[in-house]
Amino acid sequence: MAAPLVNAPKRVRRGEVFEVRTLISHPMETGFRPGTNGTIIPRDIIEHVRCRFAGETVLDMALSPAVSANPYLVFYVRADAGGALEMEWTGDKGFSASYSTAIVVE
Amino acid sequence: MNVGCTRRAFAGGFAVALLPLAANATPETMREAIREVTGDRAVRGGRIVLDIQPLIDNGNTVPMRVRVESAMTDGDRVTALHVFNEKNPQPHVLSVRFGPRAGRAEIATRIKLADTQKVVAVAEMSDGSLWTAGIDVIVTIAACIEGLE
Repeated sequence: MAAPLVNAPKRVRRGEVFEVRTLISHPMETGFRPGTNGTIIPRDIIEHVRCRFAGETVLDMALSPAVSANPYLVFYVRADAGGALEMEWTGDKGFSASYSTAIVVE
Repeated sequence: MNVGCTRRAFAGGFAVALLPLAANATPETMREAIREVTGDRAVRGGRIVLDIQPLIDNGNTVPMRVRVESAMTDGDRVTALHVFNEKNPQPHVLSVRFGPRAGRAEIATRIKLADTQKVVAVAEMSDGSLWTAGIDVIVTIAACIEGLE
């Protein structure tokens, strides 16, 4: 199980736009590279990254093999009300990882 | 010396043998991929800042930041952002749909680039307008093409 790293503030002011930085361990195998025996290594990528804050969608990202290994993603969230920041990564071979943290809006 | 030459000749032959496998994206396939998103709607240049270093040492991890100028209010927001390339095996890089909690129409990530090429971003706005920006980057060590050691 890949442990995602998520860097988000614990407390933000109401209406503030805050930055979230995320990193997850994953090979993002393209499906175009030959392995040591000459055959193509099958594709194994993260296909979707989703983020919700306080129950509403922040973003829904579709990845292709052109995203680098160990996908790194920075995005911005508007804090209108406090709640949980929920992240979800899903991909090939049944890959699934999630992360949730509470953010207090003052 | 002799060994080195043989290795090089072998590596070259190997690369040529692989070429038919890599049906790479071309400027045409990139245009088709963009047309799948835009349809027949007009696409205007501007409003997008596509930030990639112009000279890339390592195509396996290329830092990229895309920002669309938008207030991100209910009436005026970016609904989706797409990134395409010309010469990777596939033209699509990523697509982002922004929800109501998105604070800015801006993301940063790392991508793979197989060759010196053009990277293009397309933004869809809530009023239906489409904006685009492109950047030419030079890649010295390509991603995707070489196999495992």
